[in-house]
Amino acid sequence: MSQDYMIIDGMPVALEGNERNLIEVIRKSGIEMPTFCYHSDLSIYGACRMCMVEDERGRLMASCSTLPYPGMNIRTNSERLRKYRRNILELLLAEHCRDCTTCSNNGTCHLQSLAIKFNVQTVRFANTKTEEELKVDDSSPCIIKDPSKCILCGDCVRECNEIQAVGAIDFAFRGSKCTIATSFNKPLIESPCVGCGQCAVACPTGAIVVRDNRKKVWEMLDDPNAYVTCEIAPAVRVAIGRALGVSEQENSMGKIVAALHRMGFDEVYDTCTGADITVIEEANEFVDRLTKGENLPLFTSCCPAWVQFLEKKYPEFLPNLSSCKSPMSMFASVIKTYQKENDVAPGKKYYHVGIMPCTAKKFEAQRDELKTDGVPDTDIVITTQELIKMIRESGILFDQLLSESVDMPFGEMSGAAVIFGVTGGVTEAVLRKISSDNSRTTMNALAYVGVRGMEGVKEATVMHGDREVKIAVCSGLANAEKLLNKIKSGEAHYDLVEVMACPGGCISGAGQPYLSRVDRFERGKALYETDRTMAIKRSQDNPLIKKIYENVLDGREHEMLHVHYGKK
Amino acid sequence: MSDCFDYGSIDEILAKHGTDHGAIIAILQEIQEKYNYLPKEIFPYLAEKMKFGEARIYGVATFYENFSLEPKGKYIIRCCDGTACHVRGSQPILNQLYEELGLSESKHTTDDLNFTVETVSCLGACGLAPVITVNGTVYPAMTQAKTSELIKELKEELKNG
Repeated sequence: MSQDYMIIDGMPVALEGNERNLIEVIRKSGIEMPTFCYHSDLSIYGACRMCMVEDERGRLMASCSTLPYPGMNIRTNSERLRKYRRNILELLLAEHCRDCTTCSNNGTCHLQSLAIKFNVQTVRFANTKTEEELKVDDSSPCIIKDPSKCILCGDCVRECNEIQAVGAIDFAFRGSKCTIATSFNKPLIESPCVGCGQCAVACPTGAIVVRDNRKKVWEMLDDPNAYVTCEIAPAVRVAIGRALGVSEQENSMGKIVAALHRMGFDEVYDTCTGADITVIEEANEFVDRLTKGENLPLFTSCCPAWVQFLEKKYPEFLPNLSSCKSPMSMFASVIKTYQKENDVAPGKKYYHVGIMPCTAKKFEAQRDELKTDGVPDTDIVITTQELIKMIRESGILFDQLLSESVDMPFGEMSGAAVIFGVTGGVTEAVLRKISSDNSRTTMNALAYVGVRGMEGVKEATVMHGDREVKIAVCSGLANAEKLLNKIKSGEAHYDLVEVMACPGGCISGAGQPYLSRVDRFERGKALYETDRTMAIKRSQDNPLIKKIYENVLDGREHEMLHVHYGKK
Repeated sequence: MSDCFDYGSIDEILAKHGTDHGAIIAILQEIQEKYNYLPKEIFPYLAEKMKFGEARIYGVATFYENFSLEPKGKYIIRCCDGTACHVRGSQPILNQLYEELGLSESKHTTDDLNFTVETVSCLGACGLAPVITVNGTVYPAMTQAKTSELIKELKEELKNG
């Protein structure tokens, strides 16, 4: 059997026949094709024209939106193409703010790196954008949109619509007036935006960036009258390494804790402890609803972007949402209450910082429903990326740090809580909680019921007593929307539905360093590995939990751990 | 969502076209036909009913010149400024319209919402240049005098209800 092939830059390259487009073949052949608007998991848009190639007759074509065929003969690199690309870059830069050194994406900007690569040295054209068109939208606690840096590649729009089904932003107007806008250019905070930040992940420039709260945290740490605690979410520890010179495959928790101690945090905790409390509460709520047959399926409520998605787009499903606060908010409430009631640091003001993979958590922390006497339980949230920047700012050589443990009295957690950071983890933790025993066989069997894996939607059926429990686990809000519609139409029935807004779960959160989708998924493996090495697998077997219920919560579970969100 | 907006007629239009995303242009056209423009209130409503991004509906409405987000007058006068009309004197006619109705290049609709004056690039009736249309009716071979006469007639019509 002969193999079909095409010619790329004079080299024969095999064709399988199922290639999505020319650019995939070119990349497979070891050539890095420049592009702004092509992402393998988004629809093909063909806007930026950077991926132009020419055939043997000199015809130009965009390789993202051209299909390869056997015998095709193309060049990806010629003086003509290089000039073409330089021109595109020059035109993009003409309407682009060029204050690179003070841009938060300095060094990670794709436009900057391609401008360097193609040696753009002058920009001959004037910027014609008006002041009105350049207005920065900083209304959202999660993301900041700066049109002066937008190149109209539409990546954010497709991410928001195709992956997240939120549709907060889109192209508006036409031609030279075209912008990325919310409906009627409303501030993002008033739009359907849920703060997931995936648009910022997709943005090749600094046009949409995650809000940076570092300054506020430094102020807390510098304040001699402040007692500052923090908690670190599971997904942070498997995403921070690459940027700081250690392997990302390994769990960097010990080094993170050491760095935070050095930076001046008085107590450092692990959100996993909060997650253990969440598992207890959520499993109880689930069994209760299952027994009564009320408001099923139960929707998990850990993900703040998912909660907002329901509030803004599907309020009819709010009764299904678990009343549990997220692990971060439960834990914050427990820590703050304990500190105040035991006068841990007399005369000092207590601050609690959440270190999260998530941009939407910045919004969650500010929610009125999660304040005690008008003060947020979590005072401020920074993301993994901000933590990386703070570590760099403080001059700490992360790779040389010796690992340290989190502090007491809240320094114990189970493996069930660690896997919260990856899609399916919450469900598996709840299943462990309601399982009949904690033998290795039972725990191992739960790993294979179908809740693990990076698919957008997973289904599983398990037995609880003699009741069959149907479970759906999904990540990516567009997947969640499809599921909601199936539930609505009666096409599907579930008892428990776990939703994480970001594809793959918190490991892909917009607060994490940006990697390709596939590389982000590797972080999930590191979390499962951590779980494997932990002696305590189930949340209820964590000895600390019993103490928290007895000594801190003391019958106040309802007010401290639960919340009812309403329609926005 | 606004309480004082009557969504009943929007429901009728939706019932007719369905909530498939592909029907959005037809739906917007019919709403515009009814209100003469696209009221702000319809955007969140359509977004919820059609499970469609509000921003995308706004994007469609701002992309097409034909859609208007501003209320328009009872009489929509379109003055052709295509090449043929332009060389045969559409500009003086347009100025005449602006002057008589107190409008300008930046103000297209009279405050009493009776008249809107717009320019169009070509009405496809170049043989009749210069051409204007009033609510779709074509008035060929216009002159400034004929324009004044026409405005007078329309104002008369308004008076007589």
